[in-house]
Amino acid sequence: MSSPSPVARIFKARYFYRFLIFLCALTGFGQMPIYKRYYMADIPGFSWLADYYATRFVHYVGAALLLGLLAYTLADYLLRRREIGAPSWSALARGALLAVIVISGLFFLAKNLAGAYYPPAAIIAGNLIHLSAVMGLLALSLYCLLFKKGWMRPS
Amino acid sequence: MSSGSKIPTISRRSFLKGSLAAAGLAAGAGTAKAALTPGDNHLATLIDISRCVGCGECVMACQEANQSEYPRPEKPFPKMYPPRVKVADWSDKQDVDDRLTPYNWLFIQSATVTLDGEELELTMPRRCMHCINPPCVKLCPWGSAKQLENGITRIDSEICLGGSKCKKVCPWDIPQRQTGVGLYLDLLPNFAGNGVMYKCHRCYARVADGELPACIEACPEDVQTIGPRTEIVAAAHKLAKEMNGYIYGETENGGTNTIYVSPVPFEKLREAIETGPGQPDFQPVADQMGQANNLVAALALAPIAGVAAAVGKFVAATKPKQPEE
Repeated sequence: MSSPSPVARIFKARYFYRFLIFLCALTGFGQMPIYKRYYMADIPGFSWLADYYATRFVHYVGAALLLGLLAYTLADYLLRRREIGAPSWSALARGALLAVIVISGLFFLAKNLAGAYYPPAAIIAGNLIHLSAVMGLLALSLYCLLFKKGWMRPS
Repeated sequence: MSSGSKIPTISRRSFLKGSLAAAGLAAGAGTAKAALTPGDNHLATLIDISRCVGCGECVMACQEANQSEYPRPEKPFPKMYPPRVKVADWSDKQDVDDRLTPYNWLFIQSATVTLDGEELELTMPRRCMHCINPPCVKLCPWGSAKQLENGITRIDSEICLGGSKCKKVCPWDIPQRQTGVGLYLDLLPNFAGNGVMYKCHRCYARVADGELPACIEACPEDVQTIGPRTEIVAAAHKLAKEMNGYIYGETENGGTNTIYVSPVPFEKLREAIETGPGQPDFQPVADQMGQANNLVAALALAPIAGVAAAVGKFVAATKPKQPEE
């Protein structure tokens, strides 16, 4: 049998997951005024990174797709856990960080709606939690990539 | 021109008695608030352009009332990297009053227009519009821009880092930066932040104490009226009908808490006013926050779709295969 086409490969969950994490992290960091200051938006094709409304829109689209993928993965695992096996410690840690990211992200989603008033301290805390969890996830993901730590516990 | 048309909207006394009570009630009554449309519990101002004579009393009153909050930057400023980062220093130009600056949160814009063959000099106070869903507040990455439950938006100078995102996302470029002041000096002054952003906070402390914003109190012509937004919008429509005039601010950017009523169309006014840095326009503005907020439904549906796909896959895998005929 011939190997799957690149198009088919990119829609494999793991590649899709990596792409969405990259997209959400890129646009998420773009919520801070850094890309213009540090020339990132000067790179041809990346000028949109300096447009806060564009990065926010793409962040929301990426977050919706990521939520769908995470829900699919979690439901799939719960339905087939006997068949799939136990998750590794890094999967549990990444899952916990993803949960923190999703929950704090939903907090910001609600905050941005008209008529939502949140105490400034809660917003600052939410910012720090969301950002810290993302940094933690990126660091852990890099570690897992370098040291070939998979999502499932080796049988 | 029906410039003299006085509308018995909300008097100063009734503002103090009624509006603050209404705002306070809305702030405290969570259950009642749920039934309100966003902005209904806000305090809004009506600016009747036909009444303004451009005397500048409001500008002076604003400066007097808020002088203690003006920036006192430390010099020399930290050298910033990369060199493209520009210093914004108004400390030696504190007298500038023909535009918004960190030391001038309200200014008088003027226009010479022709109405019914008659040349007309119009003046109007310009300051923060205090949007119902303010992008400056919602998109501040640090939470230093705040919206109070009465609709006032303000920037906390104690925690603002001066990144100027609030200005970039503001349809009217209202907030103004002063370098050399604020929290960024204690963090990484060379590499992040650039001072503090300043803008009108509609005298939130005075309003909290039951007083009028300084600009409204000082106006000898009663150009501005303040009250619950629903009443202000109704008053604006009544006034516009009487003067055969035009409204700006009711729907712009999804609705603001500063409603202008003009005897001439705002398109015409736009051609006559001077706009540029610190001098906002009267352009049409779509709901800036609405675009991404419209994706909320997609965000709510995505996990449901994900679970449905997993269940579908599971059911398909466990379904006994039909023997081939």
